[in-house]
Amino acid sequence: MEKLLEVKDLEVSFKTYAGEIKAVRGVSFDINKGEIVAIVGESGCGKSVTAQSIMRLIPMPPGIIKKGSIIFEGRDITKLSEREMEHIRGSEMSMVFQDPMTSLNPTMKVGAQIAESLIKHQKMHSKEAWKKAIEMLKMVGIPNAEKRANQYPHEFSGGMRQRAMIAIALACNPKLLIADEPTTALDVTIQAQILDLMRDLQKKLNTAIIIITHNLGVVANLAERVLVMYAGKIIERGNLDDIFYNPRHPYTWGLLMSVPTPDLDKSKKLASIEGTPPDLFAPPVGCPFAPRCEYAMKICYEKYPEEFTVSDGHSVACWLMHPLAPKVKPPVGKGVTLS
Amino acid sequence: MARYILNRLVISLITAWVLVTIVFFLVRLLPGDPFLSEKVTPEIKQNMIKYYGFDKPLHIQYIRYISNLLKGDLGYSLRYKNRTVNEVIKQAFPYSADLGIRAVIFATIVGITLGIIAALNRNKPLDYLSMFIAIVGISVPGFVIGPLLQYIFAIKLKLLPVAQWKGFAYTIMPTFALSLGSIALIARLMRASMLDVVNQDYIKTAKSKGLSPTQIVWKHQIRNAILPVITVLGPVTATLLTGTFVIEQIFAIPGLGKFYILGIQNLDYSMVLGMTVFYGLFLIAANFIVDIIYGIIDPRIRIGGK
Ligand SMILES: Nc1ncnc2c1ncn2[C@@H]1O[C@H](COP(=O)(O)OP(=O)(O)OP(=O)(O)O)[C@@H](O)[C@H]1O
Ligand SMILES: [Mg+2]
Repeated sequence: MEKLLEVKDLEVSFKTYAGEIKAVRGVSFDINKGEIVAIVGESGCGKSVTAQSIMRLIPMPPGIIKKGSIIFEGRDITKLSEREMEHIRGSEMSMVFQDPMTSLNPTMKVGAQIAESLIKHQKMHSKEAWKKAIEMLKMVGIPNAEKRANQYPHEFSGGMRQRAMIAIALACNPKLLIADEPTTALDVTIQAQILDLMRDLQKKLNTAIIIITHNLGVVANLAERVLVMYAGKIIERGNLDDIFYNPRHPYTWGLLMSVPTPDLDKSKKLASIEGTPPDLFAPPVGCPFAPRCEYAMKICYEKYPEEFTVSDGHSVACWLMHPLAPKVKPPVGKGVTLS
Repeated sequence: MARYILNRLVISLITAWVLVTIVFFLVRLLPGDPFLSEKVTPEIKQNMIKYYGFDKPLHIQYIRYISNLLKGDLGYSLRYKNRTVNEVIKQAFPYSADLGIRAVIFATIVGITLGIIAALNRNKPLDYLSMFIAIVGISVPGFVIGPLLQYIFAIKLKLLPVAQWKGFAYTIMPTFALSLGSIALIARLMRASMLDVVNQDYIKTAKSKGLSPTQIVWKHQIRNAILPVITVLGPVTATLLTGTFVIEQIFAIPGLGKFYILGIQNLDYSMVLGMTVFYGLFLIAANFIVDIIYGIIDPRIRIGGK
């Protein structure tokens, strides 16, 4: 498989008056061409910052990329000029944001918002771009596309707006689509439709997708591989089955237990992980999850664990994997397995 | 859109009626007697009161006034014998309107431009300069700016004529003096609006499409930022058109201001009433037009009915 994106040891911080927020603290991962990878984790763990760093959409200042590289098709994104970035954004990689109600320009026709990037990147004339925009609307499943292209965002429902956003993002047929919680703001039934649409389009266009979510249900529906993030670090990674059927990090166990499942006994309370994530102004030297972890050992507070390989492609940063650590069993029967 | 316009129109008409009614009765509350200064016998005075219909009960006068108004007749001046209020307005208003409209256009263009420049150079010298101009503009009234301009540009530098209204050169100082406050207001509003829009999600979307900063500013930021500014153009027009009175005095412009002030001094009921009603209707119409323009620019308002 061919590598499309290689993030190496990425560190991103925000310099604020209160101090430096270390939002992303040494993250490395690869994305292959045409692959769907999910980044999951609790709110504030650095998912969006990671994604926006790849597009170089982090507001600078206050943000800075302190360390690391982001190699996209052989070029280091962190070293490109703004001008060069403009050519990549929207044409080679694009992004769908969380809130479709606010992500579209309210005073511009939806068709024009799609046509815009075609005019910019593919040097189309406005007539041609408009035609393509209508085609895109059709492709994302919007009926009456000719009429809809002439409408403004407020005339679209939430789900349709997100479809329009996807049309904008895919207009120039990018190699990478980053979807930052694309369904969080939508109704459950609409969520499923949008996920179906993304899966279909991915098959059709062979676009690689990074999908960011804190909802493991979304992951199960779509992703091939999963990166679990906590406090600015990736603490476990593996393919879908590894994460769902053989999770190794207590934090991943916690995440899995907080997924509502249809067959889950209704009388049982939905578990949530107790405690709060660490302060990112001064993250702990040891494992950031240790204070919330019921299996934490002395070393967990003192040293950040190395990544232990579980199997090919599945690795976890947890001291419990150390040969000398006590063997603990994941809490079974609490909905860890998701059908 | 048609329903939106109809809706606005009905509101405007109701406003106009309320305005006319209030002003009609308020003017009668002014202390004094319009014929007091006339050196006439009580008999003649009685005749005059009869002639103008002031002997009738107030509600009859009101009904008569309204029915005349609907025909566009504002009645005779009590002061300038044989001249109707309509004639006075017809003669003097073009000057006031000319000045007022120049000021509105000037204030809008300059205000919006200053606001944009300030926002795009946030916390840089150009921003501070624009906002300094804005604060000066808001705090210094026209009757200070007017004479100051006359002193500098007419008397000292001899670049512009001191006063009167006889050609383009004559319009420059009055227009500037009149619009300064509104320029300041619009500039501040536009700046705040630009800075608000820049943080909106759709600007991030525009950036993620690969648009350049210039394209983002022109195609996405300014149009959205102008919307809140348009809503104040109605009140700004009101301020500028009524504000002409002071500026007309300073620059000796033969507009309505003189007649209005004399009307109040002489208790010329029909003149004061007529002009107030005229101005009121004019401003209501201006607001109506602004509402329509707003509806055209902001598609979210247009939706009400197709
Ligand atoms: N512009 C910014 N200025 C300062 N701090 C920021 C900024 N953007 C993000 N952060 C901080 O970076 C950290 C990570 O934020 P991020 O948005 O990546 O979280 P997330 O994982 O996407 O969470 P969520 O699920 O809530 O979207 C947070 O602590 C946040 O406060
Ligand atoms: Mg986020």
